[in-house]
This record gives sequence, C-alpha cells and structure tokens, in this order.
Amino acid sequence: MRFIEPHAHMVSRTTDDYADMATAGCVALCEPAFWAGFDRGSADGFRDYFRQLTEVEPRRAANYGIKHFTWLCINPKESEDMALAADVLSVIPEFMECPNVLGIGEIGLNKNSRNEIKVLQQHVDLAAANDQMVLVHTPHLEDKHKGTRLILDVLKYDSRINPERVMIDHVEEHTIGMVLDAGHWGGMTLYPESKCSPARAIDMIERFGSDRLWWDAACDWGPSVPLAVPRTACEMRRRGHDESLIEKVIFENPKAFLSQSDRFQL
Amino acid sequence: MDARHKLIDIAAFLDRVERAEGDADFRLKAFRDAMKCLDDSGNDRAHDVLMAFSDPTQEPIAVAHSKGACGAWPGEGE
Repeated sequence: MRFIEPHAHMVSRTTDDYADMATAGCVALCEPAFWAGFDRGSADGFRDYFRQLTEVEPRRAANYGIKHFTWLCINPKESEDMALAADVLSVIPEFMECPNVLGIGEIGLNKNSRNEIKVLQQHVDLAAANDQMVLVHTPHLEDKHKGTRLILDVLKYDSRINPERVMIDHVEEHTIGMVLDAGHWGGMTLYPESKCSPARAIDMIERFGSDRLWWDAACDWGPSVPLAVPRTACEMRRRGHDESLIEKVIFENPKAFLSQSDRFQL
Repeated sequence: MDARHKLIDIAAFLDRVERAEGDADFRLKAFRDAMKCLDDSGNDRAHDVLMAFSDPTQEPIAVAHSKGACGAWPGEGE
C-alpha cells in the first residue's frame, strides 16, 4: 500500500511517527500551518514557525523517505486579533517561494466571527493575488455547518478563485454535499472522537462517490492517529472494495489535487 | 456488535446523568433531541443528528469570546 497523508501537523509528532508512517507506505505528507495550542505573541513567533515548516520538518521527513510539503497562514483560532493577523499576513510572502510551499492554509473559520471572516478574506486575497492554491479548515462541532456555508460564500465572492484549486477540509455528512456542489474538493478527517470515523468516511465514499475527495489524519497534539489513513484503507478492503478504488482515495486523489502546484513532485 | 456496544454505552451515560445531582446542561436537551433522529426512516440519520447539534443561525457572531466548541449550539445570546 502507498498513500499520501495530505494533512498532518508533524511539529507536534515524534520521529517514531515518521518511521511508522513510512513503514505503512506514506510517500508524501502535507503540513498546514495551525494553532499551536496557545496564542503566539507576535509575528516573529510565526516567522520561526514558518522556518520550522519550510526547513526543519522537510529534513525530518526526508530521513524516512517521505516528501514534506506545507501551507502557510495564521490559523482562524488566532484571527480575532486583527493586528496580529495583519502582521503575520505581511510575513507570509517571505516564505511563499520556498520549494515545499503549496499554498495558503489552513485558513477558514473557528467561531464564525466578523473578524475571522475579515482575516479569511485577506488570506483569500493573498492566495488569489499570488496564484496560490487554498486549503480550508472548517469549524468544529456545532459551528461547522454555519461556518462551512460562510466560507463558501467568501470563496464564491472572489471571482479570481478557481474552486477546483480549493480543498475544504473536515467535511462531514452535513457539509460534504454543499462543498462538492460548489466545485471544491473535500477532505474527511479521521479522528478517534470528533470529526469522522473510518466507517463514516467509507460510508461517504459509497454515498457521494470518490471524485474530489480525500482522507487525512490531521494528526497533531490532540487525540489523533498518524496511521488513520492506512487503517481506514484496511477497513475499506474488509468491506470488499476494489484495490483500485482504495488507491484512488488514499493516493491518486490527493496526488491529483496537490499536483495543481508545480512544486508537488513525488 | 460494534453498534450494540455503542448503544449500551449511551444507555449507561443517560443512567449516569439521571443519578447525578445539579441542573441539566443545555447539551443534554440537544442530545435527547438528536436521539429522536434515530427513529427516522431513510438514510440521512447521521446528517440529521449533526444538524440537531448545529448552530442554525445565518449571520456571523460579533466577537469570538472563546476558541472552543462544546458539542451543541447553546442558543441565541448564550
């Protein structure tokens, strides 16, 4: 089995996790910028984080034969502070030409506030002005449905954005339809408690088809499983699905989406 | 077996809540409302349960006073 892990926060994971992922067949992974579990105090904190994403993690991954790619942004959890967001947005262009940067992400909303929407619009503008792809985080739990709808409105409003170059992550049964209908790609995040279980992720492939969808572990410092994608592939095999369909979901689909950036080379 | 195990866990959770003291959390009402979706016919139960917990409003909130989600919409002004 070979697979691409399209969403993993490896700064929060051990080297053993890299080894396990490589052993399970991971050939490439993508690490979007995210919330560290605490609010960073300044744009310089983000500059150091972006160096970690563009210099340090690619080296750690390479030790295990895994290609490392990344996305840059200030996460919506820190977007309520408009001044900090403006400072961080001014830092991102310093890193946009790094060889493993695929685009802007994971941007989006958290609590669906007015400031979060303004910062989302600024990120979308930055992506459009620089012809970058976009990776979107959708809110948690009770905020997800409303937040996904608001995010789709922001993206639709900017006519420069090609929907096929936008991945909307963390979809569930109540949001997957509107994401695909808008022409975007959708990501299902395989978490042990929240978001999506392996069984439900396979259900959604069976119900909505396999086009423009991927699975990811989104492993970070919370409850999460770096091997969630290959384990879900095993569950899909147990249900009797063809190897070609499994390969499409865990390798060909992420490869197709990510290859819209010339930098994504396996 | 997996679904049976999960159903018994939910039953035990509700028994535990009954034994507890204090006022009910607003999420308990949302949980009971969401459980009604399980008796529906068709194949949209997962969708309907998720919607039962979701914020149904349309407009952005003025300010985010917290970062976390709690699992169910507390209602306007909460």
